[in-house]
Amino acid sequence: MPDTRTPSSFRVALTVNARPVTLEVPAHALLLDVLRDRLGLKGAKRSCDIQVCGACTVLVDGAPVSACTFLAVEVDGCEVLTVEGLADGDRLDPLQEAFMQHGAVQCGFCTSGMLMSARALLNEDPSPTRERVAHYLRGNLCRCTGYRKLVDAIVACGNQGTT
Amino acid sequence: MTLLRPFALDRPETLEEAAAVLTEHGGGAALYAGGTELLLLMKEGLVRVQRLVDVKRVRGLADIRAEDATVVIGATARHRAVEISALLRERCPLVAGVARHVANVRVRHVGTVGGNLAFADPHSDVATLFLALDAELVLWRRAGERRLSLGDFLLGAYETARRDDEILTGVRLHPWPAGTASAYLKFGVHERPTLGVALAVTPAGAGAPAAVRLSVGCVGPKPQRFPEIERQAARMGVAELAARAPALAQAAADAVETASDLHGAADYKRDMTRVFVRRAFEIVAARAAGEEPRARYPYTVIV
Repeated sequence: MPDTRTPSSFRVALTVNARPVTLEVPAHALLLDVLRDRLGLKGAKRSCDIQVCGACTVLVDGAPVSACTFLAVEVDGCEVLTVEGLADGDRLDPLQEAFMQHGAVQCGFCTSGMLMSARALLNEDPSPTRERVAHYLRGNLCRCTGYRKLVDAIVACGNQGTT
Repeated sequence: MTLLRPFALDRPETLEEAAAVLTEHGGGAALYAGGTELLLLMKEGLVRVQRLVDVKRVRGLADIRAEDATVVIGATARHRAVEISALLRERCPLVAGVARHVANVRVRHVGTVGGNLAFADPHSDVATLFLALDAELVLWRRAGERRLSLGDFLLGAYETARRDDEILTGVRLHPWPAGTASAYLKFGVHERPTLGVALAVTPAGAGAPAAVRLSVGCVGPKPQRFPEIERQAARMGVAELAARAPALAQAAADAVETASDLHGAADYKRDMTRVFVRRAFEIVAARAAGEEPRARYPYTVIV
């Protein structure tokens, strides 16, 4: 007898970078694959795949999550923000400007995740201390080890009051 | 790249509905409360699950509330909610403080207290600390509810006393009395802690005898208390606690059960237990005397 109580796929309605989106997703679809393969948003990266490195960080209702280990069905009714949604048209987010000014980018692979974590932090605490930034970014790894400039950029962005 | 195998998903809104699914599908269904541990195993193919039963929509299950002299944390309360809970900051400040250091900020926003305990990862700050708060777990099924101490709930690594048709609904903590000095030390270079030590020293007062609570976790299959060491230490004054810290720590190292894993060999963990229990006694003795110790140790978080 077919199981009618539990559909194999779910309709999810959400906003992605302020755009309304409605999708059918199977229960086992991961948010990262839906963003990258269904919506063409390649900013979030698949790297460690076990929630350790932070390269796949996106914000769900303002909270940073690892999209690699997060069921897409969970974002029904949510606001999802990816790195593609940080800039307002041609106007970059002050954080992106700060990353450029402070050279907080080396190979660039961790950058989108760093930006999203930093954005979540600044939304919560508009002028964080270095200690707070370091603690918040503990779960974002930069294998080029460019941490000092990353922290510089985020602290400076906070101090500018343009967060 | 690892993908999940297909599974069905149930989203019950009551415990009764969740129980009905568990009863119908038995061991093929798994409770899902955040997935920060479970989804990893499923992605790696280490567990095969036909059905996830998402209990996050069950009303009230994420509440953190005072009940008489205890604080109950609902099973689906996220680590982040524990961190910012005004009630926990007031009644169990160390619990809120440690929550700030669980895993990373993304896991704290998604992972839940009940999921952490029910998964029984031996490397758990939550379990190690809660053992020192005489935590009791509330397990619900249609026939009724039972309470188990955390020590009895945790059988070993990734193994609990929860029956297939039971749902962990919350954990009851017994806050330490006012005037208790405490600390949590967490050591490790990996994502999960290699060692955790929780220590609380309550001086005698208001008709109650002095009490010491010591829990060591992450070094073996499950966190441990040390009743004999706690009794000895409870008879000591603050100055004596600091002076006798090496002997107390040696006794803990002798008694602790350790296991070899990727974090290190069993002997190494026994030695680290000695080192960190000593530090914990020194730090708590200093705090009991009204001083905040300045000492910092490599790869160590002191809460």
